[in-house]
Amino acid sequence: MAEKIGNVWVFIEQEGGKIADVSLELVCKGRELANRLGVKTEGLLIGDKLSHCVDTLYHYGCDTVYLVEDPRLEPFTVLPFAKVIMDMIKAHKPNILLFGATHKGRELGPRVASEKLAGLTADCTDLQIDDFDDKVNKQFYKDKLMQIRPAFGGNIIATIVNTWDDPQMVTVREGVMKMTEPDTSRKGKLVNVKPELTDAEMVIKVIERIREEKAVNLKGAQIIVAGGYGVGGKENFKLVYDLAEALGAEVAASRAAVDAGWIDHDHQVGQTGVTVRPKLYIACGISGSVQHRAGMDESLKIIAINTDPGAPIFSVAHYGIVGDLNTVVPLMIKAFKAKV
Amino acid sequence: MSYKIIVFVKQVPDTQNITGEAMKPDGTVNRAALPAIFNPEDLNALELALQLKDRYGAKVVVGTMGPPNAAEVLRESLYRGADEAVLLTDRAFAGADTLATSYALSCCAKKIGDFDLILCGRQAIDGDTAQVGPQLAEKLNLPQISYVQEVLELDKRHVKARREIDGGYEILEVKLPALMTVINANEPRPQNGRRLMKYKKARTASELAKDHANANYTDAEALAAEQENLAERGLMIYEWTAADAKADPERIGLKGSPTKVKNIQNVILKASESKMIDPTAQGISQLMHELISDHTLG
Ligand SMILES: Cc1cc2nc3c(=O)[nH]c(=O)nc-3n(C[C@H](O)[C@H](O)[C@H](O)COP(=O)(O)OP(=O)(O)OC[C@H]3O[C@@H](n4cnc5c(N)ncnc54)[C@H](O)[C@@H]3O)c2cc1C
Ligand SMILES: Cc1cc2nc3c(=O)[nH]c(=O)nc-3n(C[C@H](O)[C@H](O)[C@H](O)COP(=O)(O)OP(=O)(O)OC[C@H]3O[C@@H](n4cnc5c(N)ncnc54)[C@H](O)[C@@H]3O)c2cc1C
Repeated sequence: MAEKIGNVWVFIEQEGGKIADVSLELVCKGRELANRLGVKTEGLLIGDKLSHCVDTLYHYGCDTVYLVEDPRLEPFTVLPFAKVIMDMIKAHKPNILLFGATHKGRELGPRVASEKLAGLTADCTDLQIDDFDDKVNKQFYKDKLMQIRPAFGGNIIATIVNTWDDPQMVTVREGVMKMTEPDTSRKGKLVNVKPELTDAEMVIKVIERIREEKAVNLKGAQIIVAGGYGVGGKENFKLVYDLAEALGAEVAASRAAVDAGWIDHDHQVGQTGVTVRPKLYIACGISGSVQHRAGMDESLKIIAINTDPGAPIFSVAHYGIVGDLNTVVPLMIKAFKAKV
Repeated sequence: MSYKIIVFVKQVPDTQNITGEAMKPDGTVNRAALPAIFNPEDLNALELALQLKDRYGAKVVVGTMGPPNAAEVLRESLYRGADEAVLLTDRAFAGADTLATSYALSCCAKKIGDFDLILCGRQAIDGDTAQVGPQLAEKLNLPQISYVQEVLELDKRHVKARREIDGGYEILEVKLPALMTVINANEPRPQNGRRLMKYKKARTASELAKDHANANYTDAEALAAEQENLAERGLMIYEWTAADAKADPERIGLKGSPTKVKNIQNVILKASESKMIDPTAQGISQLMHELISDHTLG
């Protein structure tokens, strides 16, 4: 008889008692994978004084929430979190464990995987369940997690499979899994866990911690107007803001514009910025490097404005305008205002 | 010299200035389209080590795991200011994922021994995982500080560093020995002309043997003598196999790697049905009309 397979786990990242969007995205994705496998979706909520977060996790799809609370778990440091997760894996043997590919997830995931001697696939943009016929090693694996991720600076997409002991661990890029509507009538089971921490885990001292909530909400935006190095200067970014205001859009930027100091890093879209998927993305004076496209090429519609007809941005654009943004953008504002 | 700092650096294909498809149809890397370079954030890690050397006095040892020609990034490190270099090279290391890579590097670090700090780049631009640093820290049972921007203080027992977090920064302090991964937050110094003149002669034992063979020079004694001469002048790059580093053959290379690549696709730009719009009042007015009528706008 086949051994019963373990559940799908999601590491629930939180900051100051607020659950990270990526964790809710992963609960939704985890739910889908768990349904396919006929197992449960379970959330690992770690920190201190977090009971108010539990219901939300049920609403998004958790069947179980493991709530691990201890004052030593705030603020986040990597070693005690890794210890808690290791102990939980040993006790419950999940089949799949998902982390957000955030700063925290990308230092915590590898620490756990290394100790567990498990595989870890980085920065996935899609996850599916499928069989894996490993012809090289003549092994057949049923119902494995297909871990799909860009690598080589976004120039390739690889499908990776974890063939060792469970859990199959991955980190998943923020903003790429769809968040489904919460069902506020859903209920689940709460399991309180007392962590076993020792001095050995408490060796990282937080001397100072400065954080600001992001002022811009690019991930939630329906329409985005983005400016690149072609905007030409900080003052000229006003054009981008004007178009955004007219259309009710958020403002984004390429890294070249951020590095030039024309706009804050919070606005950066791409591999080292935010991944967005709006209804409409208007790229003004952006060449369309592979790192920039990685963060926006899933947009439903893309308009590119660029003086260079050979700019790579045109190959992902649905509408291409070869022209100077200094004339095109004001024309767009004027045309839009005339229509509505 | 009070501190010993190991910096792990990787030679990578230049994925940012790619001139063709990254992968050949047979699934191997298209090296012709991708010249080999020093992984960018590893230059930041090396720079941080050299700054610590300038401030506090330290011996900086660079290590890499890779094919024989990865010795190039070691020489480059010597030009910039590193004191010693180690090439970990063996066919048995091939096909390693991050778990097997971090295990191999942990064996290398143990053989180097006696270190106060290990520095890695945050991320390599080919595998793009950022996993090797934290995994190496775990393998050596060291505390880690990831995403380091700057070291604020170092004394015989502690290191205090500022590091990036989501939406801000943190100042963390840990006991030595410790591992840090470094982000692109400093300006790597250029190669030093005098060091370049000196260290361009630096060789691994295999490179030296090859030089001799190429010169049709087969005198084993002369080779040994030259090796000794180079070693005396600090110009030998250590070259270690898996056995030298006492690595368990089951835990390295493909065998030691739980993750398997099932398939790889080149990213081909989606040639979406792209429509060209005239940059005129009329062209743009039509575009806006179209977007409003299909409810994208408005
Ligand atoms: C590890 C790594 C990570 C990176 N991560 C990111 C990331 O997250 N996001 C990101 O964006 N980049 C990222 N980059 C940088 C990326 O490689 C590019 O350098 C960057 O995206 C270029 O920005 P740009 O298109 O604005 O500038 P450029 O490439 O300089 O393009 C400017 C464009 O403006 C056009 N132009 C000029 N004047 C006008 C005008 N008057 N009207 C219309 N068009 C005009 C030009 O034809 C040109 O195409 C990363 C790079 C690395 C190495
Ligand atoms: C397409 C593709 C996808 C892959 N995806 C995964 C995956 O999801 N999970 C996985 O486990 N493996 C993966 N691998 C394998 C992985 O690239 C290799 O294990 C590689 O040796 C190390 O990973 P990295 O390049 O991501 O390094 P990173 O973890 O990004 O490197 C961080 C730092 O570690 C140090 N370092 C890394 N490698 C070396 C080295 N050889 N010598 C010295 N220092 C080093 C450097 O300081 C570097 O800056 C993938 C490989 C390919 C080709």
